[in-house]
Amino acid sequence: MKLFQLHRALSQRARLSIGVMSFVLPIALWSIVSYVPAVWHPQVLITDPGSADYLQVEMRMDRAAFDAEVADAKAEDRAPPQGIASNPIYLPSPDEVATAFYRSFTTPPPTQDGVWLHQSLWHSIKIIFWGFVISSIIGVPLGVLCGTYAAIARLFEPFTEFFRYLPAPAFGALAVAILGIYDGPKITIIVIGTLFQQILIIANTTRKLDIALVEAALTLGTKNSQLLRRVVLPAILPDLYRDQRILLGWAWTYLIVAELIGTTSGITWFITQQARYQHFPNVYAAIIMIGILGLGTDMILAQLSRRLFPWDRSLAKTG
Amino acid sequence: MNHPAATAATLPSYLDQSDAVRARFDRMKSRETILEVEHLGKTFKSASGTTVALDDINFSTQRREFLCVVGPSGCGKSTLIRILAGLEEKTSGQVLLQDKPVSGPGRDRGMVFQGYTLFPWLTVKKNVMFGLEVNGTGASTAEREALQWLQLVGLEKFAEAYPHQLSGGMKQRAAIVRALANQPRILLMDEPFGALDAQTRARMQAYLLEIWKKIDITIIFITHDLDEAIFLGDRILVLSPHPGRVQELIEVPVPRPRALMQCITPEFLATKGRLEELIHQSTGDDELESYPAVARLTDVADNVE
Repeated sequence: MKLFQLHRALSQRARLSIGVMSFVLPIALWSIVSYVPAVWHPQVLITDPGSADYLQVEMRMDRAAFDAEVADAKAEDRAPPQGIASNPIYLPSPDEVATAFYRSFTTPPPTQDGVWLHQSLWHSIKIIFWGFVISSIIGVPLGVLCGTYAAIARLFEPFTEFFRYLPAPAFGALAVAILGIYDGPKITIIVIGTLFQQILIIANTTRKLDIALVEAALTLGTKNSQLLRRVVLPAILPDLYRDQRILLGWAWTYLIVAELIGTTSGITWFITQQARYQHFPNVYAAIIMIGILGLGTDMILAQLSRRLFPWDRSLAKTG
Repeated sequence: MNHPAATAATLPSYLDQSDAVRARFDRMKSRETILEVEHLGKTFKSASGTTVALDDINFSTQRREFLCVVGPSGCGKSTLIRILAGLEEKTSGQVLLQDKPVSGPGRDRGMVFQGYTLFPWLTVKKNVMFGLEVNGTGASTAEREALQWLQLVGLEKFAEAYPHQLSGGMKQRAAIVRALANQPRILLMDEPFGALDAQTRARMQAYLLEIWKKIDITIIFITHDLDEAIFLGDRILVLSPHPGRVQELIEVPVPRPRALMQCITPEFLATKGRLEELIHQSTGDDELESYPAVARLTDVADNVE
């Protein structure tokens, strides 16, 4: 089939439709599991308890127990309980999640001190932003220097390699002891989770610089002190930008752990609260919201890179 | 391929020069020496021992000379030009540019690489301005000069284009003027047309001669293409491999102005015969004979020749 030729570029239409499929397929799978009673549905949602006094409407029970109850009732000539096949409470259907998603923006929080979903999100975004900015302020220059000068790489990289294996959340208690229980330790966890990978990744990107460009610049009379700004930085900038996009994604994955440290806050607080009251549609809505935010940010950044680096040929390939 | 022995009887010696050619060489030799290479040596040290890449290389070029360097692979011609450019350290000997020893790269020696090496993030114009700007020329002067240089090679329409939008020939023209804009004393070219297709390469060769004629520049041109060396060069420095040594410095007897038609003239063929002789000598037996014989996989009657 033409579609499966190695390295074959897709037409604009094929790109779009296959890209849409990438989301349609998992949603379709979710819908089948949710709406086709023959698929899974291991529980029964009681609609009428019948003669079984320990059952209540809206209660869920395992199908085997329900069937046994119905058989018992029939044998004893009592009114059998009635119910519909259902999934466990932790797997709500797409429409429930969609409704919850919509409602989370339109209905005020149930408790007085409660926060809206978007307020939680905004708090999380601020944590990510500062974590990533602080990490980048240190990590990007250091990475570029490590990639450029072997001596600096030798000085920083062994320790960085060591440190990047340490799980960032392990520093949670320490961060709380030093920085208190509010945003400080959370930002610290994001920084620890991002920075050490960032140094190594950016150092590697810098090392991939085509040395012929440096030699060309030297033969044009460029002094060593000018090379970094005139050649190294502009040459690696598109790749560095791509690295930053990937690293920003990693920073997001540290968010939930970071927000559990000290006082739980942000989207994590929202999720844990909702899960505690078994409002699982809300939990899914919040998780999906994180995904949409992450993907949205990345798409905007990708679009921006076309403007910033019109000369970058690798953009034409990756789209 | 002309086998030297078969054509020797009918061809003049490559040492015979017409009066016009001899007069040209006399004029060239009367010009001042630009570059002098004395007892140049280069040794690479690696885990498996030391390799002598260049051994006691001596030659000099006069102002506005076009010197070609040829030799089989492994003769160190690229190492030589990289040492001249200052991109590699020499082990012994010295390189004098206008009687001053050089060390490290500098704007007085421009270089054109086979891989173009235009800066992809700069427009063609900015690429040409690069050398001027890093050497302290103001942006407006640099821009004016860059545009003049681009006009010289017919690239003024592409001043605002990025290198990836240019064809191979255009890229190499841009790379040449980028080096020339710095007004170097000498232009070093390391197989600059090696990546171009045959037609573009022929046009670029003729074009390079046009440029060379019009401006005060001395060119050292590395190639493995013997026709290219004869077509372009005043003299040809032949290197032998393992270790790289000067085998002969040949004065090309083909008169100027050069044209592609000249490649069948007796002087041209005689020079080419001599070059092939030298290169075969240094590489030993004809390389083809070392390949294994190919077994026949077709019907005996089904012949293509």
